[in-house]
Amino acid sequence: MKNILVYSDRPESAAELVSAGQLIAAATGGTLRALSVNAPDLSAFLAARGIDVLEVRAAGDPVTDAAQMAAALREAADRSDAGVILLSSGRRGKEIAGRLAQEIGAGCLTDVGRLDVVAGRITGVRYALGGATEVFQAVATDRQVLALRPGVFPEAPEGTPGSVQSLDVQLPAPRVRLRAVNAKAGDGADIEKAEVLVVVGQGLAEQGELALAERIARGLGGEVACTKPVATDRRWLPEDRIVGLSGKTCRPSLALLLGVSGQVQFTVGIRDAVTIVAVNRDDQAPVASLSDYFLPADLKAVLPELAGKFPGP
Amino acid sequence: MNILIAMKQVPDLQQVRIRDRKPVLDDVPLLMGDIDRSALAAAVALQEAAAGKKIVLSAGDGNLEDTVKEALAAGADEAVLVIDDRLRDAESAFSARALAEAIRRTDDVGLVFFGEGSADNYSGQVMSRVAGLLGWPQAGYVREIRLEEGKAVLTRSLEDREEILEVDLPAVVSVVSEIAQPRTPSVTAILKAGRKPKTVFSLADLGLDGPQPKAVETLDQLAPQSERKKLVLKSVEELMDVLRSKEKP
Repeated sequence: MKNILVYSDRPESAAELVSAGQLIAAATGGTLRALSVNAPDLSAFLAARGIDVLEVRAAGDPVTDAAQMAAALREAADRSDAGVILLSSGRRGKEIAGRLAQEIGAGCLTDVGRLDVVAGRITGVRYALGGATEVFQAVATDRQVLALRPGVFPEAPEGTPGSVQSLDVQLPAPRVRLRAVNAKAGDGADIEKAEVLVVVGQGLAEQGELALAERIARGLGGEVACTKPVATDRRWLPEDRIVGLSGKTCRPSLALLLGVSGQVQFTVGIRDAVTIVAVNRDDQAPVASLSDYFLPADLKAVLPELAGKFPGP
Repeated sequence: MNILIAMKQVPDLQQVRIRDRKPVLDDVPLLMGDIDRSALAAAVALQEAAAGKKIVLSAGDGNLEDTVKEALAAGADEAVLVIDDRLRDAESAFSARALAEAIRRTDDVGLVFFGEGSADNYSGQVMSRVAGLLGWPQAGYVREIRLEEGKAVLTRSLEDREEILEVDLPAVVSVVSEIAQPRTPSVTAILKAGRKPKTVFSLADLGLDGPQPKAVETLDQLAPQSERKKLVLKSVEELMDVLRSKEKP
């Protein structure tokens, strides 16, 4: 079981898994294959990246049923003699990871942000204690399931085309059925890719101040992001703007944190920014030691003054 | 039909200190995570019209009974607990076995609720592993749920879309915190919580007291190093100078 199998239903995540898989393959001498389920476009996309693809066509919507996906992955791993199965640690991938690991008796690491291979052994690094620490872990079972944090590994470029072979799988009867799919209320902004982020926290006193933060972000050529409560409790911004452990991990060259206290669950998502600048009333807040430049001041006064330095709408 | 709500006892993360890059957990109180509280509130709301019970389910060490009181005060009718010191900091695969065995010994379970991840590790594995062990269908990241004859209709919240799913019962679900606001129990409810029924299993009761092979080996745990300048600014003008020098040309 020296080979590697990768799966994600999202092309960009699958391409990230391919590059991580290539890194492991280079160190262990294994061969890399990908699974694709009811997605001929994804098969072609992956084959163009030099990967041999096992393609499953099945009735219904197996991608939404973790038990069916675990069965498809198990079969694909058996056929390709794969000991390492790489999934994306997005919501869908994380859900499948635990089920697959249980059904093949494998140890599993989710939310892996870094990988290291020494003498054939893979070490994964993930956050623990809400992000206060990083744990370095290795799976001790023969087979291992590793779910990698999206947006961390580079997407593999196109290469010498690989093949697409169909794979017959006996899936268990579906017990999760898809009735409808709704697009999520987002506005298309991609905070993971933004070079400049203006992040607002609960120190913002009222929703009206958001317009000022947006003006600053626009002036700096960036996007507005937020801490979790701003999106889930106050509902001022869509959830795809959340930075942190339960949101996105961002690496902007400049992050301006406005009214963010700097709880550890948030810092996980912004720790890799090149420069962090923060404004907060409380100079004892954890954000003070998280930043390169810190202005201890009341946002009520700072926001309009700072926004005034950028062109209006 | 009874609903189980799985809750994990976690250290109060606001009180974890770092010394020499290592976490210091002595005297840090243990509590129920916020998402678990939301899961409990959602289960309580779902059962309001139904005859079944809301049963809190947890596996942990000897402190568990104290921690679980809070859940009993916040609306659970009963508790099913697996208590053993070997369950402190247990890895996902082992916690899942303990929970699955306890679920098998509980009558008329229709749904098992989990938070999308535990507050401390957020690994999200236990829910899927429990579903796998029981051979039940599962749905993660649920934002809304209602019951129909023999099934649950739920909204799964993914990064870029929502799926409306129909899931056969019994099933295992994990919920996102938006599903419900955690309930703050009244003083009377807290006083009554101690008298609610509890079923306590040991690992031996569940046939799990033999040696357990490790699925994951932890090699090290360190606080990430931060090398920030930590310069204090005095005015918006100074702030503006910094922003202008750092933004992309």
